[in-house]
Amino acid sequence: MDNNLAVKVTNVGKVFKLPHERANTLKGTFTSMLKMRKGPVEIQHALSDINLEIKKGEFFGIVGRNGSGKSTLLKIIAGIYQPTTGQVQINGKLMPFIELGVGFNGELTGRENIYLNGAMTGFSRAEINSMYKDIVSFAELEKFMDQKLKNYSSGMQVRLAFSLAIRAKAEILLIDEVLAVGDADFQKKCFRYFKNLKKEKKTVIFVSHDMNAIQEYCDRAMLIEGSRPVITGAAYDVSMAYTRMFIEQNQGKESKGDVYNRKKRWGDWRVKYTSVSINCTKLTDKETFFILETLALASDYINNECVFGFKIRNEKDEAIMGTNTKLKNHSFSKFTKGQKIELVWQVPNILNTGLYYIDLAIQNESYEDVYDWWEEAVQFSVEKREQNPYLIFPQYKLTVQHVSQPKK
Amino acid sequence: MRKIRERYRYSVILLRELVRTDFKLRYQDSILGYIWSLLRPLLLFLILYVVFTKLLKVGNAVPHYPVYLLLGIVLWNYFTEVTGGGVGAIVGRGDLLRKINFPRYTVILSGSMSALINLFLNFIIIAVFMIVGHVGVTIRALWLIPLIVELFFVSIALSFFLSTLYVRFRDLSYVWEVLLQLGFYATPIFYPLSRLPHKYAVLAILNPLAQIIQDARYVLVTRRTQTIGQLYHSGYVWLVPIGITLILTVLSMLYFKKRSRNFAEEI
Repeated sequence: MDNNLAVKVTNVGKVFKLPHERANTLKGTFTSMLKMRKGPVEIQHALSDINLEIKKGEFFGIVGRNGSGKSTLLKIIAGIYQPTTGQVQINGKLMPFIELGVGFNGELTGRENIYLNGAMTGFSRAEINSMYKDIVSFAELEKFMDQKLKNYSSGMQVRLAFSLAIRAKAEILLIDEVLAVGDADFQKKCFRYFKNLKKEKKTVIFVSHDMNAIQEYCDRAMLIEGSRPVITGAAYDVSMAYTRMFIEQNQGKESKGDVYNRKKRWGDWRVKYTSVSINCTKLTDKETFFILETLALASDYINNECVFGFKIRNEKDEAIMGTNTKLKNHSFSKFTKGQKIELVWQVPNILNTGLYYIDLAIQNESYEDVYDWWEEAVQFSVEKREQNPYLIFPQYKLTVQHVSQPKK
Repeated sequence: MRKIRERYRYSVILLRELVRTDFKLRYQDSILGYIWSLLRPLLLFLILYVVFTKLLKVGNAVPHYPVYLLLGIVLWNYFTEVTGGGVGAIVGRGDLLRKINFPRYTVILSGSMSALINLFLNFIIIAVFMIVGHVGVTIRALWLIPLIVELFFVSIALSFFLSTLYVRFRDLSYVWEVLLQLGFYATPIFYPLSRLPHKYAVLAILNPLAQIIQDARYVLVTRRTQTIGQLYHSGYVWLVPIGITLILTVLSMLYFKKRSRNFAEEI
């Protein structure tokens, strides 16, 4: 193996044999032996044809949907699973665990768990003793070390686990979905840790659904879909391929969507949207787009003012932007039954590449009554030509105003 | 070479911590705590002693019967602790096995180590009984060391074998429970071997457990204990139970090693 490589995966495949009725009792075995048949076995190809060469010091991402085989691959690299075909070569000390808090036992105190988990990562008691204080203070759990772990909140457990994990002495680290477990504060800590890993030139294999993190930290990445590698390459390209895969599938689904889906739309319908559309559902670098709304008054109970608003959410359900007519100082209070209104919102396209949803609402002035609340009324995608890992991506203009010459 | 030492170091660290955890968890929240591991064999001793000296009068002919009986119970107790705990050891740690790659044998070894510590503590009680019962100790008591080594291997061999088999056959824990019960009566623990008809005695003594217990009694308690050598009038016959132990150890370790690669996905 090339000495510059940290991990080399050659033609790895993994097959799980799932007996439909697994004979895991003696009776089952005896009866199936007597009947001289093995019973139906379902062959599940969890991974096929995986080839990977990860260089030393590389931050490598593995992306893919749930069940695509990412975690199986990580477990094979860690040596927890044996590959059915192919082989994995490791060059350097590999951290043997892939999740936070491995070996944590709720019946033990925080202190005891530190020693146990430390031993799992290869630290002797003496080594743990010397860093015990740092571990505890980083986790901000000084007062709780003599309490049993089962009495910790999940946030406290994660903090303790993370505080231990970052001390692991290894050249190759396997990180599986750590970002999914913590709150915003924890994520910040994670990102700081990733930056450190990059600085220290550690080899990292990182599994995540968070494309922003993949783009920002990974040098290269691999997309796995249906147990096969789809693309391996620069992190940005891979994350784009992943996003595009999602957009295509969701847009396929949407055509069948029912407008009055109960969960996604409710209200008393005194005023309601009759149609809504967007002038372009596949945005590129356009500077603005338009949302057209048609409204109708269904009954004549309305005396108060109405507020019409919209909100744009991304795939992760984060509200990116939105406004309403009240904020724009437009008042709508004089209605006659059957009257129609058309509204057009002109929205600056500051969105980054991804899939977005528009939520619409009609409420009274004090936002107490809901006349119409319509989530995911419209779906659209954005694909910017330039790459950028951040949440929004407005058009930036750069002008270099003056370049002074050094004085002689 | 460096790698081997690294690997070995990791196992030792892990083993130490697993044994420690095992101890902490076992008697946690019980009032008497650790004393129970001494109390249990003592209580069993008390029951058997009353039954077999006062009611059935089996033990009256045996010199130093209390120590004789207790020694048998303590050694047998070690065996049941290791194998009984060993059956579910791998499955019980399934969560860990699925998440981290560590030498799997440490799980079995740690269970065996905890039991070994118990065994030594129980020997303190035996020593007390010996002092109270005026049982003289001779240099022959040193034979206990190889006997305990043999006991260690026969127990851990079965533990390796059972824990591996249990991953696939979950009925095994019940089967083993019954077999242990059977073994308790088939092994000369509360009765002297001489009470068995000769044709059964020569069979019973081939069981390594029976051989170990009888030998231990011979070297520690009373020379009026039938050993395997006396029964067969030959020293070579010792090779049979020792051979059984050796073969069992090698085979079970190979089996464990082969199957342990797939534990993570089979549990």
